[in-house]
Amino acid sequence: MTESSRGGSAPAVRLCDISKRFGAVQANRAVSLSVMPGTVHGLVGENGAGKSTLMAILYGYYHADEGHIEINGQRVQIANSHQAIDLGIGMVHQHFMLVDTLSALDNVMLGAEPAFFLSRAKRQVRQQLEALMRETGLQVRLDATVADLPVGELQRLEILKALYRGARILILDEPTAVLTPQETDQLFEVLRRLRERGTTILLITHKLREVMALCDAVTVMRAGAVVKTTAIGDTSPEDLAESMVGRKVNLGRAGEAAAPAAGAPALQAHGLSVASGAGVHLLTNVSLTLRPGEIVGVAGVSGNGQSELLEVLAGMRGPDAGSLHVAGRDFRAGAWLDPRTARDLKLAHVPEDRHLLGMVMSFPAWETAALGYHEQDQYCAGPLGLAMNQRHLRAQTARMMEDFDVRPRNAELGSSKFSGGNQQKLILAREIGQHPAVLLVGQPTRGVDIGAIEFIHNQLRRLRDAGCAVLLVSSELDEILALADRVVVMNAGRITGELAIDACNETSLGLLMAATPDPADTPALPAGAGAAKASP
Amino acid sequence: MSSQALQMPRWMDLVLLPLWNLLIALLVAGGVVLLIGASPWQALTVLLEGALGSARGLGYTLYYTTTFIFTGLAVAVAFHGGLFNIGGEGQATLGGIGVALLSLWLGPKLPAVVMLPLAVAAAALFGMLWAAVPGYLQAWRGSHVVITTIMFNFLAASLNGYLLVNWLRPAGSMSVESSDFAPSARMPAIHELAASFGWELPSSPLNLSIVLAVLACFFVWWFLWKSRAGYVLRAVGANPSAAHYAGIRPRWQVLAAMGLSGALAGLVGINEIAGVQGKLTLDFVAGAGFTGIAVALMGRNHPVGIVLASLLFGVLYQGGVEVSFEVPGFSREMVVTVQGLIVLFAGAMAMVSAPMFAKLYTLVSRRARQAEGKSHG
Repeated sequence: MTESSRGGSAPAVRLCDISKRFGAVQANRAVSLSVMPGTVHGLVGENGAGKSTLMAILYGYYHADEGHIEINGQRVQIANSHQAIDLGIGMVHQHFMLVDTLSALDNVMLGAEPAFFLSRAKRQVRQQLEALMRETGLQVRLDATVADLPVGELQRLEILKALYRGARILILDEPTAVLTPQETDQLFEVLRRLRERGTTILLITHKLREVMALCDAVTVMRAGAVVKTTAIGDTSPEDLAESMVGRKVNLGRAGEAAAPAAGAPALQAHGLSVASGAGVHLLTNVSLTLRPGEIVGVAGVSGNGQSELLEVLAGMRGPDAGSLHVAGRDFRAGAWLDPRTARDLKLAHVPEDRHLLGMVMSFPAWETAALGYHEQDQYCAGPLGLAMNQRHLRAQTARMMEDFDVRPRNAELGSSKFSGGNQQKLILAREIGQHPAVLLVGQPTRGVDIGAIEFIHNQLRRLRDAGCAVLLVSSELDEILALADRVVVMNAGRITGELAIDACNETSLGLLMAATPDPADTPALPAGAGAAKASP
Repeated sequence: MSSQALQMPRWMDLVLLPLWNLLIALLVAGGVVLLIGASPWQALTVLLEGALGSARGLGYTLYYTTTFIFTGLAVAVAFHGGLFNIGGEGQATLGGIGVALLSLWLGPKLPAVVMLPLAVAAAALFGMLWAAVPGYLQAWRGSHVVITTIMFNFLAASLNGYLLVNWLRPAGSMSVESSDFAPSARMPAIHELAASFGWELPSSPLNLSIVLAVLACFFVWWFLWKSRAGYVLRAVGANPSAAHYAGIRPRWQVLAAMGLSGALAGLVGINEIAGVQGKLTLDFVAGAGFTGIAVALMGRNHPVGIVLASLLFGVLYQGGVEVSFEVPGFSREMVVTVQGLIVLFAGAMAMVSAPMFAKLYTLVSRRARQAEGKSHG
């Protein structure tokens, strides 16, 4: 250690044999990791591989059971995040830690006010921030309220906040999950400039292309242990994916775009508009046609109306205007379909937020496996069908788990005890098992392991080939490019373009995702439309 | 990964932890008893002796237990529907009013075989309707059920007083009570039944309502975990958004949960009015509606736990009365204090010691693993 600390080439971060156990789960197993100063180090691995736990230990949220940490060659104890900040470690979380109602400047200052009187403190902070912004290229409107800032700017604000607190080592947790391709490029430009300034960056991600584009070295974790650490020049995305999963995976396109069946569309929506209670236009004049045997991808940055589109089509909420034609039935605003009717019409829905909507976390798997279909005759038993046919339901759940490779194969296990990928497979098994004519699926692989992603993609393709019309909402462009036969792009609650899959690439989609829609074609909503919403 | 769930086996969670909580409560209560200069050991022996030591004492204990089972189940059903019903007191009062109105009207005309089932139905119906109003107000009008149910307790007490003073009190009577029911409207006492089989039991308020309480336990268990309606109710209680996704209408489930909860609480009227008093009286619920909250908390909202917790509170009530008679300086208020301590430690603070047990278990199991590893290595 003495030699390296003198030579100035000590690793900025050195984790030595870190082990951490949560009950029966060994989250980290003798993990060792060195990050040289002024480099970008990627940390990749499937969900549950232990990346987040490792970073939480580095940031002082958890304490390692065994092992120790060295920062710049000095052995340190990090008991909490305050000590981490004092050591020059900054963390940008996937979910931003900002106060919506405060200005950007106030958010940076919060908890680190340099002077007793706020006006003076603000002046000082503003000067420092303006210097930082010039130096790093992190442009943020300091006086804007956080709630009004776009996601890309919020992220820059988070980074700025960490740098203002003296971070020399920056941990970024899935930073590009919420960004458009263009915003991602901007972010990477900033990160490169930070690297030139000597900032050390630890990048947690599962987007291997980004690792290849930005990182100097990368560490792959699997099942709590380090599989390998390599310089970026010595590896490839395929190689990394294989190390992460432990076998070869194929996440690319499988075959040509399917030609949808001729004849009647499976679902036709026209002129859908939704306004929030506050009168904000969430969906504006959206029209969409799904044909049997095609997957239509909905691309767009999260929060541009895709969620509302799914909710409206699935009958979770009624629109303020528009009509829907599905399975020979017509619905219009004011007399919209409800989730039960939707299921009766063979319209299945895999919701974006599986924890909030798709399952009841406190239910065992077999109870979650009936959710939405609990009134079907097959699940009834006893006098007047008042009881639940638990034996049949358990058998059905066991079959679903077998067909969709849900692990562990334990129908009695609580829904919350399964990993994200297995929860999603259970929900897909439930919905696909009903042989739907239309499947609405939101973020099917969010928080899901690479191995499970491959499986889920194949199931969706099989469903399409069997003649189902699939609407796929995903914020992962890769996923849409891999699955969709046709892509519509949403921005600010409108469909800003539609492309055949052959015409799609990162650039063409990215431009549509960032396109400013023409405000002239906003239809007039009926007065007070936002307030009169069919709420649960 | 981020939330560190407590790791311990089921027996630890369901048996050891409640016993430990009870022990702490008794230790603290013992300290308080010492403070007033009485002997904790004497108090405890008198309490247990009084509650369980004689057939008469046991009869009283089980009579209290019956009432607590009804109010405990009521709280539990609402809890599984995601609602905190603290209006058991008022719903039980209305149950009693229902029994009284029906018994005074039809009691003289109908035989017991018809009258008693009708009285049970009336108790359940009145309790149900009384609870359904706050349920409706929560589901459709957004008034929180905790606020409305506690308000409805006062309304129920006032209604009972009004009915007794102005309508049900026999002319010329000074006491605020209705006239006595006809014998056919009386729930038979257990000692009377035993006597008709030639088995001599001392007189106690214990009556056939206890059978009704046991049936109610089975029904609640079946309803919550075997029936489709219970499945729907629990889905709404655990996750209203997921229930909406599943095509369930959460509003109607709120109404249903409150209705069923109120019906169970209303059955207290059978035990107290048809079983013990034989007439409508003022304040016959006497706080059992609130004790039901503690019972449900301790019983983890499961019928088996509720029966055990009800027994515990039955012992405390009956034994407490004996202690206040027998032990000098031990007043009624002292009994209430001890009961309060048990509610505090075993109910409200039930999970305070859980992390300690979890840590202990992790430590022991790790030691065991290491020892195993060594013996293998």
